[in-house]
Amino acid sequence: MDFNDTPEEAKFRSEVRTWLEQNAKLRDPASAKAGRSEKSEAERLVRAKEWQAKKAAAGYAAITWPTEFGGLGGTPIQSVIYSQEEAAFEVPRGFFEIGLGMCIPTMMKWATPEQNERYVKPALYGEEVWCQLFSEPAAGSDVAGLRTKAEKDGDEWVINGQKVWTSGAHFCDYGIIVTRSDPTVPKHKGLTFFFLDMKTPGIEIRPIKQMSGDSGFNEVFFNDVRIPDSQRLGDVGEGWKVSLTTLMNERLAIGQGAGVDYEELLKLARETELENGPAIKDSNVREKMADWYVQSQGLKYTKFRTLTALSKGQVPGAESSIGKIVSGPKMQDLASFAMDIQGQGGIMQDVDESPMAGAFQNQWIGAAGYRIAGGTDEILRNIVSEQVLGLPQDIRVDKTVPFNELASSKKS
Amino acid sequence: MNFDFSDDQKMLKDQARKFLDDKCTLADVRKILESDASHDDAVWQGLCELGFAGAAVPEAYGGLGLGALELCVLAEELGRCVAPVPFSSSIYLAAEALKLFGSEEQKLTWLPKIASGEIIGTIAATEGAQAPSPNSVKSKFSNGKLSGTKIPVADGETASVAIVLVNTGGSGEQALSLAVVDLTDASVTRSPVNTIDPTRGHAEIIFDNTPAELLGNEGEGWSAYKRVEAGAAVLVAFEQVGGAEAALNMAKEYALDRYAFGRQIGSYQAIKHKLADMYVKLELARSNCYYGAMALSSDASDLEIAAATARIAATEAYRFAAQENIQTHGGIGFTWEANPQFHYRRSKLLALSLGSASRWKDRLISELEKSNVA
Repeated sequence: MDFNDTPEEAKFRSEVRTWLEQNAKLRDPASAKAGRSEKSEAERLVRAKEWQAKKAAAGYAAITWPTEFGGLGGTPIQSVIYSQEEAAFEVPRGFFEIGLGMCIPTMMKWATPEQNERYVKPALYGEEVWCQLFSEPAAGSDVAGLRTKAEKDGDEWVINGQKVWTSGAHFCDYGIIVTRSDPTVPKHKGLTFFFLDMKTPGIEIRPIKQMSGDSGFNEVFFNDVRIPDSQRLGDVGEGWKVSLTTLMNERLAIGQGAGVDYEELLKLARETELENGPAIKDSNVREKMADWYVQSQGLKYTKFRTLTALSKGQVPGAESSIGKIVSGPKMQDLASFAMDIQGQGGIMQDVDESPMAGAFQNQWIGAAGYRIAGGTDEILRNIVSEQVLGLPQDIRVDKTVPFNELASSKKS
Repeated sequence: MNFDFSDDQKMLKDQARKFLDDKCTLADVRKILESDASHDDAVWQGLCELGFAGAAVPEAYGGLGLGALELCVLAEELGRCVAPVPFSSSIYLAAEALKLFGSEEQKLTWLPKIASGEIIGTIAATEGAQAPSPNSVKSKFSNGKLSGTKIPVADGETASVAIVLVNTGGSGEQALSLAVVDLTDASVTRSPVNTIDPTRGHAEIIFDNTPAELLGNEGEGWSAYKRVEAGAAVLVAFEQVGGAEAALNMAKEYALDRYAFGRQIGSYQAIKHKLADMYVKLELARSNCYYGAMALSSDASDLEIAAATARIAATEAYRFAAQENIQTHGGIGFTWEANPQFHYRRSKLLALSLGSASRWKDRLISELEKSNVA
């Protein structure tokens, strides 16, 4: 048992490290956790595109992709090694994960060779950014309950409806979308999948203001948007099958929660005076800190088990599915408790007045969304109990009934 | 990255599982529950014949000379079947204490017999319904004689030798020392004590001017005891993981078999999510146990942290799985005839036998404060 690289892994790590040292700046550890960059999103996107182009030219933008798509033809463990090394450097993040993690892999599986020739490389080099148009106001966890309509008109399809929670739609060039092409058959059978240019007439994008005040997501409205049939992925009515390709990649693409954790709580507990002395000496504080430390370590070592499987060329075990179930509520509870330690002053969410510039308050707000995005706590438990433990699916009332005869929410 | 057991260690695990699946079913465990026996001697002798008792004892003292990682895989299997055997007392605690702190003569005297299973060893620290500590240990050792009462002592009726936490008269932590005592001496009085888990025998032991000798240095007993406890905590954590997985499987099988309101109860989210939570806690515990195993096998400087982390996670995983296994079974789960009680009893026994989760949490944070891992 050890944490060491194999000789091949060590060699790859040193190649990657050398390349990063030549092309990027090391992160200042002191500012590593200090809030977000002050640059505007547009400026950050420009920088991100430049970095992506460099990375792609070196082969590191898609390590596991086959070489014919511009990848390195490498292994998952090499991809992990690259991410581990890159984490130490000051490089732009957060623009290409969905496109390269979910959209393009879907294209690679379902689009024509000519289309892939046209779209894959520009996405890889950061010239074109992609988004994913799945969720709808009435189709969240139950994404197959979507209603955005696609009607065939000659060689074209006409799209009408609304998508929601679309990350980055406002700066994306292309998107993948799943629509309902036949409401008279049971819901999974009436879906059809397309890719489209986000500048197509009839598309309107409005940012969603989250309860945190940020706007990372959008609503996207479709009013008689016309898409050529050549942009259909998979057969008519086979949209669900295509969607599964995308969704399989979703849990990989949605990162582990970062943010304040046990270390910051320890620091806070040391610096905060309670009635009977420093918070770190309070037995209730100590018990809770121990619980979160143990959870954090458990997640870290679970990841190491997954990496071990990858390193041996095996498929990781089911244990990798527990990450978000644990980290979401932990982020929320830990932040909430850290605010309790701050007493009456814990209500302040103020860069100057709050401990750590309000990081706990920010996380307390944000974690409420993290527990929902990319699979709610509840859906993830269903997945573990059904796919890992082999328990039966819930009784489904929607599997055989035509979609347009299903009961639905009163207001949606 | 090679954060896993080796193929040889996995083979050893399989070998243990095959033996235990055959000889140590819950029906066998039930026989011990319903008898006055302190342990299942056939299972114990079988484990010793396979060499498991001496697995981590050096060859010079009659063992196989394997390491802590081998003990970890065995522990998981023992935990899985709720084995009613004195393995933890004799091996994780007594043999490890002798290995760590015994003189050459003490090792030569006791280890070969423990490794072969000829005798059972144990540790005797607790004196009543409070955790042993420099303030609470009254058993007195001076001039080679020990007097006092230890209760409860695991396998206290059947063990031939005990490592005893004794008071040697200094102040604070320096008051305590470890002593090794031959329990077959005529001055020793032993009687069984009732516990929540009768599948593991416990006793009261009264020492009355009993001949004893120090194990390690006088006045260093408390730190030595904590070091022994930390090693055992990792091994017991593997037992807890084995037990938690068995309890989860028992709950799962019942949830698939049992119908209510016209469908399997395992199709209701109230049950599914409960079982998913069992799985999540189990995997967190298993991952922390792996790190504990690595720290124990290399006697790492952060063993105390690694052991506490493994123990806290594994205690929680087994507690939750064992209690919610009964809940999943409903009324039948509370009957004497049903099997969930074995895990319920054992989970609490293991949760307390090396000190409560609260104490370990405090210990963990103290270590983290010191090491400034923050």
